[in-house]
Amino acid sequence: MTDKVPNLVHINNVDKVFKRGSEEIHVLGGLDLEIPEGEFLALMGPSGSGKSTLLNLIGGLDRPSQGSVEVGGEQVGQLSDRRLAAWRARHVGLVFQFYNLMPVLTAQKNVELPLLLTHLSRSERKKRAAIALDIVGLSHRKNHFPRTLSGGEQQRVGIARAIVTDPTLLLCDEPTGDLDRKSGDEILDLLQALNREQGKTIVMVTHDIHAAARASRTLYLNKGQLSTEPVD
Amino acid sequence: MTGLINWFSQIISVTAFGFQSLPKRLGSSLTAMLGIAGVVAVMVAVLSIAQGIMQTMENSASVDNVVVLRSGATSEMMSGLSGDEARYISEGPGLVRNDSGAIASPELFVIINLLKKTTRTDANVPLRGVGPAAFEIRDSFKIAEGRMFEWGLNEVIVGVGARMEFEGLELGSTIPVGQEEWPVVGVFEAGGGLAETEIWVDSAVLQPAYRRGNSYQTVYAKLESPDSFPEFKDALTSDPRLNVKPMRESEFYSSQSEMLYNLITGLGTLVAVVMGFGAVFGALNTMYTTVSARTREIATLRALGFHSGPVVISVLSESLLLALAGGIIGATAAWAVFDGFRAATVNMASFSQVAFAFDVSANLLVRGILFALIIGFIGGLFPAIRAARQPVATALREL
Repeated sequence: MTDKVPNLVHINNVDKVFKRGSEEIHVLGGLDLEIPEGEFLALMGPSGSGKSTLLNLIGGLDRPSQGSVEVGGEQVGQLSDRRLAAWRARHVGLVFQFYNLMPVLTAQKNVELPLLLTHLSRSERKKRAAIALDIVGLSHRKNHFPRTLSGGEQQRVGIARAIVTDPTLLLCDEPTGDLDRKSGDEILDLLQALNREQGKTIVMVTHDIHAAARASRTLYLNKGQLSTEPVD
Repeated sequence: MTGLINWFSQIISVTAFGFQSLPKRLGSSLTAMLGIAGVVAVMVAVLSIAQGIMQTMENSASVDNVVVLRSGATSEMMSGLSGDEARYISEGPGLVRNDSGAIASPELFVIINLLKKTTRTDANVPLRGVGPAAFEIRDSFKIAEGRMFEWGLNEVIVGVGARMEFEGLELGSTIPVGQEEWPVVGVFEAGGGLAETEIWVDSAVLQPAYRRGNSYQTVYAKLESPDSFPEFKDALTSDPRLNVKPMRESEFYSSQSEMLYNLITGLGTLVAVVMGFGAVFGALNTMYTTVSARTREIATLRALGFHSGPVVISVLSESLLLALAGGIIGATAAWAVFDGFRAATVNMASFSQVAFAFDVSANLLVRGILFALIIGFIGGLFPAIRAARQPVATALREL
């Protein structure tokens, strides 16, 4: 008999409606999703299908119009803005398509950024950032500014920043979308390693079928609904 | 406590990122900064005129001097005293006396037309007939060039301010007094006070030149001490032979400059506020552009868990920094260009010219910089609120 892995994310009957003037756009409708701890889930679907919206709901960057989003036992949609920000800082690591690094900070300082929200001392922050940069293989570039790094290297810094607080959940929005194949593969190798070796739960939005193949499960989103099969 | 430190740490970080990326927004930042500098320079320059006039009036007044006008008169021009009245006033209690009697100078005040050097237009220049005591009453009086006029002779001396502002007041030249031309024999200083805009002459020769008989307009006198004023005033106002209004000299000059000071201050403030509106829009535009340029950065920071409060403070700080720099530049420019700049204008109380120096005081500089900070605050507040209120997910999508 095998133990069932507990779910980290429970999404129950979630609707998400955007208003554009008087028009209502239903992006997600009655969506249910469970993500077990330690899973590497890929979300695919056509543009505008709601992939990023779903990712934002899981990460507490947005709130559902209806239904509940529970992550690690916390009803994310019911937290105040202030508590939600604090919750994100503690439990979620975000990886963006365009890296979103601070251009005025070195790689090391960029990675330290989320640690400014903790009570860690300066030396402790520095130490943890160094470990994160080591994990992504960029220790030798720690004093470089983003503009002097390649796209792949910038994304590695982005991943180091996402993992530096040791979050339970990594949310990656098209992490290879701006990279060439080789760099993209390196990033995917890294994400896979974080999933397998450090047990990080990863939800990755992607358009790339090769990227999705690295995940342990792939779900397809179309017209606000999830399915296990791609939609033509 | 940890939460507070954490919050300050966020403010410092977010603000530092904004400042560090300022060079990327140099053009719009410089425009806003120079716009504010212009407003502050104009405001400080205009208000320094009022300040200068006030300073001139203050320099004119001595605490132990008294001025006596006819009751109901609001200026020397409107006043009139007979020779007997002037004598009764001189006999009042509490005045300094010497062998010749009280230190009191019955004076005549007329206006002559001269050309203003800067505009070459007619200007009303005060011509004052004084008695011998006038020079003891005005402690700071001294002949700077030439000599004192001879008592009983048709000669004049001119104030340094008057010579600078009006034509024909050089030593040796003549000026029209009544039907005659009288020579300028000396130039005097009076501690930067109002008298420096005047021309002085023996009152005894001025009376017949203007057919004034034995009449005067004011009596200036020196009190034994500032505390002697109530006694002197009571004696004069209760004397049935007199219908006069004794005033401390400071009170008199303050009333003389009040209208002009208020007018210039009002106009200066109005101009500053109108221009300030323009500068606020300039600052708003710049800060909206800044917020727009920092959308990615701000959205990312908030996505990582930074609160919206530090974002508001960061944007406001940047706006205030630009305004502070603009304020300092504007105030410094006004000080460098205008402080001490000499000019003359009409004093509406006497309808005569008053020469003064623009006075860019420390107080004015501080007011100018504070005004700049108000512009910066208003210009930064709304963009800051917009930056903080923009939903993180929406902001990230707009990248």
